[in-house]
Amino acid sequence: MSVKMATRQAYGEVLLELGKENENLVVMDADLSKSTMTAEFGKAFPERFVNMGIAEQNLYGAAVGFAISGKVVCASTFAMFAAGRAFEIIRNSIGYTKANVKICATHAGITVGEDGASHQTFEDIALMRTIPGMIVVNPGDSVSAKKLLRQVVEIVGPAYVRLGRLAVPNVYVEDDNIVLGKGNCIKEGSALTIIATGIMVNEAMIAAEEMSKEGIDIRVIDMHTIKPIDEEIIVKAAKETGGIVTAEEHSIIGGLGSAVAEVVCRKYPIKMEFVGQLDTFGESGKPDQLKEKYGITSEAIIAACKKILA
Amino acid sequence: MEFKELEKISRNIRISIIKAVHSAGSGHPGGSLSAADILTTLFFQEMNVDASNPKMEDRDKFILSKGHAAPVLYSTLAEKGFFPKEELLTLRKINSKMQGHPDMNKVPGVEMSTGSLGQGFSVAGGVAMANKMDKKNGRVYVLLGDGELQEGLVWESAMSSAHYKLDNLVAFVDWNGLQIDGNNDDVMTVKPIDKKFESFGWNVISIDGHDFNQITEALDAARKFKGKPTMIIAKTVKGKGVSFMEGNAGWHGKAPNEEEAKKAIEELGGVM
Repeated sequence: MSVKMATRQAYGEVLLELGKENENLVVMDADLSKSTMTAEFGKAFPERFVNMGIAEQNLYGAAVGFAISGKVVCASTFAMFAAGRAFEIIRNSIGYTKANVKICATHAGITVGEDGASHQTFEDIALMRTIPGMIVVNPGDSVSAKKLLRQVVEIVGPAYVRLGRLAVPNVYVEDDNIVLGKGNCIKEGSALTIIATGIMVNEAMIAAEEMSKEGIDIRVIDMHTIKPIDEEIIVKAAKETGGIVTAEEHSIIGGLGSAVAEVVCRKYPIKMEFVGQLDTFGESGKPDQLKEKYGITSEAIIAACKKILA
Repeated sequence: MEFKELEKISRNIRISIIKAVHSAGSGHPGGSLSAADILTTLFFQEMNVDASNPKMEDRDKFILSKGHAAPVLYSTLAEKGFFPKEELLTLRKINSKMQGHPDMNKVPGVEMSTGSLGQGFSVAGGVAMANKMDKKNGRVYVLLGDGELQEGLVWESAMSSAHYKLDNLVAFVDWNGLQIDGNNDDVMTVKPIDKKFESFGWNVISIDGHDFNQITEALDAARKFKGKPTMIIAKTVKGKGVSFMEGNAGWHGKAPNEEEAKKAIEELGGVM
C-alpha cells in the first residue's frame, strides 16, 4: 500500500515531463548524473544536457551563462558540493544577478549513508537561506517533490531544491494541493505542533500517531518551503497549540529550526525544541542505523515533544 | 575602422577612466588603463552590438571577468553611446548605477555582473555553449586579468571550453605583470601563460596589447580558427597612457587626487 520513492527519483522523472513541455529547459550535472537522476533527461534530450565534469564551481558559472541566454537551468550535484563548494559562485553569480538557475541538489543529510562525513551535508539549508532572493525547498515525499519542482521551474529566478538519496514513503496523493511558500497542515491538533521538512515529515507523522495513542493530539506541518517561510501558519500554530518542535535532516544550527524560531521569537514567543543533527559531523553506516545513532527519528521527535509538555 | 580613429577613441576612454575614478575617490585605474585598447577594438571594430538596442537578438557579448576594471567597461560603453557620459561621474557613489564592480541589472551593455575573479570567465563559457546549442552566430568575448589566472575556477572553465570546442569564444589576458601585492612573479607566478592554455586545448595568440594592428589580426585569426576557443595573451602596461601610473602596482586600486587627475588628463590630451 505504501509507495516508497526517493525525492531524487521524483526529480529525475519530473525532468522528463518538463523537458517535453519546455524546450528552453537545460539540465546540467557534474559527473553525478546517475546518482542525481539527471541522466534520464540526458538520455531523452541529449542536446539539452550538459555534463561539466567534477567541477562544481564551473557547473554553476556555466549554468548562469545558459540562464542569461534565455534558458531555464536545473543544475545538479550532491548538496555538499552545490551549497558548499560552489557557495560563492551561487551567491555572486546566481543570487546577486537573480539568474534563472535551479540548484537541484541531491544526497542531502545523513541518509547519504556509507559515503560518510565528507559527503553528508548538514549545513546546506543554513547556507542557501542566507542568500537574498533564494527560494529554498526541501520536499518531504516524491509527490510533493514533483509538484514543487514544477512550481520552482515556473518562477523566474534562483532556487535551491534539496533532494534525498533514500526512498521515503508517500505523504501525499496526486490530488493534494501543494503550494510553494505555503506550509501544509497534514494533521490537525492542539497539544503542540511539529513543524518538519524533508524526510522528517514522515517521521513527524509517525511521532504524532504514537502520541495520539497516549491521547496527546499533535498538529503536524510540512514546511517544505523554508524560504520564503510561511509565517502565518507558524504564528497560527504558536497561538493555537502553545509549543513547537522543529524536525529536519540538517544541523539544528541555521536550518528550519532557526528559521521557525526567527518567526516565533518576533511574533509569538512560545516554547520550542529542535530535532536535527546536534552540531556534529556524520559517519559511514546504513542510513537507518545513522538516523538512529544521530537522532533523526520519530523517537527523537517524541522525546522533544515530551520535553515541552512536561 | 582606421587605427587612427581607434587611437582617438581609446584616448577618450582613458580620459573618462581618470575622471570617473577621480570623481569616485576610489577604484582601479591601473588595470582599467591597461585594457583600454583591447576594449576599444572590441566595441568599435570587432563586435556586433547596438548601443540603441542593448538586448539585440544574437548580438556579440563581452564579459569583463576582471570586474574591478569596471571604469574601462563603463567608459567604453558610454563612448559607444549606451548611456550618457555624465553618468560616469557617479561611479561608486551610493544609489548609482555605476557600481564599483559591474552590475548587469543596472547598466545597459553590461552582459554579466562580475567582481569575484574567475566567475565571468566561467559564465562566458556557458554563454558560448548556449549559442552553440541554439546555433547562434553571436560570438563571446571575455577579458581576464593576469592575477586572476591564480583562481582555480579559471582552469575549470579553460578545461570545459576546450572540451566543448567553443570556437565562438575569444578570451584575452590583460598581461600587465602586476597585481595588488606586487609582480605576478613575486606573488604567485602564472607563467608560462601561453603553454598553460595550449596544454588545456586552446588556440593561443600572443600580442602587444597596445598595438591595434596586432589586436585586429589576432581577432581575425580567432574568427577563422575552428574547433578550439582562442586565448589572446596581450602584453600590456598597467596604467598605460599616464606616465606616473605606468608599470606601478600602487596604481592598481588607488584614485588620483585633483592634481594627479589634472596631470593625467593633460598627458592624455584632454581637459579636466
